[in-house]
Amino acid sequence: MPIHEKSLIRPEKLIEHEELVIEGVDVSGHWSTFIEGRSVADYNENLQDEIAALPGGEYIHRCWQCGSCTNSCTVNAINADFNPRYWIYLIRTGMEEELLRDKDIIWQCVSCNKCTYACPRDVVPEGVMKATSHWLELKGHTPKSPSTIFDEAFSEQVISRGKIEDGLVLRNFFKRTGQPLNQPWLIAMVGGLIKRFPVFYLMKLGFATVFRPKTKGWNRARDAINEYAEEREAANRKALGLGSKGAK
Amino acid sequence: MAGDMKYKKVAYYPGCALEGSGHAYNRSTKAVGKELGLDLVEIKNWNCCGAMEVKNIDPKIQTYLSARNLSITEEMGFDTVMAPCNGCYHNLKKAEYDLGHDETSKEVNQRLSSKAGHKTYEAGKVETIHALDWIKKSIGEEGIRERVKNSLQGIKVANYYGCMYTRPRHIFPEKDQGADSESTSKPHYMDDILAAAGAENVDFPLKTACCGGAHTLSDSDTSTKLVLNILTAAEACGADVVATECPTCHTGLEMHQIRAEKVLGRKTNIKILYFTQLLGMALGLSAKKVGVHENFSDPRSLLKEKGLG
Repeated sequence: MPIHEKSLIRPEKLIEHEELVIEGVDVSGHWSTFIEGRSVADYNENLQDEIAALPGGEYIHRCWQCGSCTNSCTVNAINADFNPRYWIYLIRTGMEEELLRDKDIIWQCVSCNKCTYACPRDVVPEGVMKATSHWLELKGHTPKSPSTIFDEAFSEQVISRGKIEDGLVLRNFFKRTGQPLNQPWLIAMVGGLIKRFPVFYLMKLGFATVFRPKTKGWNRARDAINEYAEEREAANRKALGLGSKGAK
Repeated sequence: MAGDMKYKKVAYYPGCALEGSGHAYNRSTKAVGKELGLDLVEIKNWNCCGAMEVKNIDPKIQTYLSARNLSITEEMGFDTVMAPCNGCYHNLKKAEYDLGHDETSKEVNQRLSSKAGHKTYEAGKVETIHALDWIKKSIGEEGIRERVKNSLQGIKVANYYGCMYTRPRHIFPEKDQGADSESTSKPHYMDDILAAAGAENVDFPLKTACCGGAHTLSDSDTSTKLVLNILTAAEACGADVVATECPTCHTGLEMHQIRAEKVLGRKTNIKILYFTQLLGMALGLSAKKVGVHENFSDPRSLLKEKGLG
């Protein structure tokens, strides 16, 4: 029997002999297809607790697996492998290895909150996606995602000055991710503006570089936030059984 | 409720984007307020609300950042703050909700506020409104109709609200409360305002679709696809213009319109304008006054053709 739903089976589990004759019957190719059994032996029994300990993951235990999140998901419409319902299932059943198969796309959640809007159990799947991305990075399963690098470039500016300057965030992000600033679309964008109002734009660029926006009297707030942020980071690492802050 | 006096003079929280990429939104919002006789008093020494990034580092820090702005608003003697940016509006609303419902948020806010040396904001002291609420409730459709000098007649508009204006529902307790209130599934305040100014609104199914703003630079390919979806749908609906009410959505639509052309070879011609720019021109302000020349999608020839600007 040919297997019609091969796309649903992992390629490494499908075994097929190109040329095979058994007792005089030619069963070459798909006539000899069989699916290797799957066994999960290495559960992480703490997986749900670990995700729940990180910001955003608190309500994962409420999930009933209805699938409203995946059904409403913005990213799922572009990439069918992006499946919050499935990931929540894997986390709740402790199937860490299975979860790690998708480790490189979980950070792509765009925080549109359609899932949170649709969820009848108030799981806040958007938060679970953030907690899971955070978990992957803290555990060293993935490097820092471009999203995390952006969040850090942005937050550092907010925490140190109280305000951000969007051009500077863009430049810092491109620098940290090793991307050149002379991308054709960026040149087309800025070029169009300079043609239309050169004086204003160049002045803005100049002012923003010399006088970076800052909230007056911000230093005490900055110190208080930094102190709190360090405490939280240590607490997050402790919840995952990791030692004090490792290499960045 | 049109003609609501309590929104005639409110505290104003522009936020970082309106001092940078959303400059035209700031400029047109202030110009519209002035034209309509509405007073905006900028919050002294405000700080960033945390946008969409700080919450990924720690959500409670974001609650504090937003609460600090609410605390200053209260100190200045205001009970209402208007934020035109969806991100700012969303975060102030979220802080309001969390401080009213979550003990840890309250504790962290208290701790950080006292260390930073200002009054701790408590839920219920300040109402946060969006620029759409501000116009709709203080002037209303009738008031706009009376004041229109240069009708938007003949301009077909797709009204785009994005994510943060309506989701998640629980932080907007005043929405979905009957016909006069805003709807989280089919928002209509911008439609109402622009229709009163003479525009023809098209039936646009992607009003609350996501533009990928959170990953506009960190996952640009996804954002470009999402924006292209929105722009092509708006064109298919017959719109000349996408009206926006958020600087992140607006910049995202304009930036990825260019990127879609350069990277995917998909050109769209639709123009992108802040609703305050359209409304301002309807009220008789010049295109220059509402900063139309700052828009990347350059709508000037379209506006001229339609008898505006």
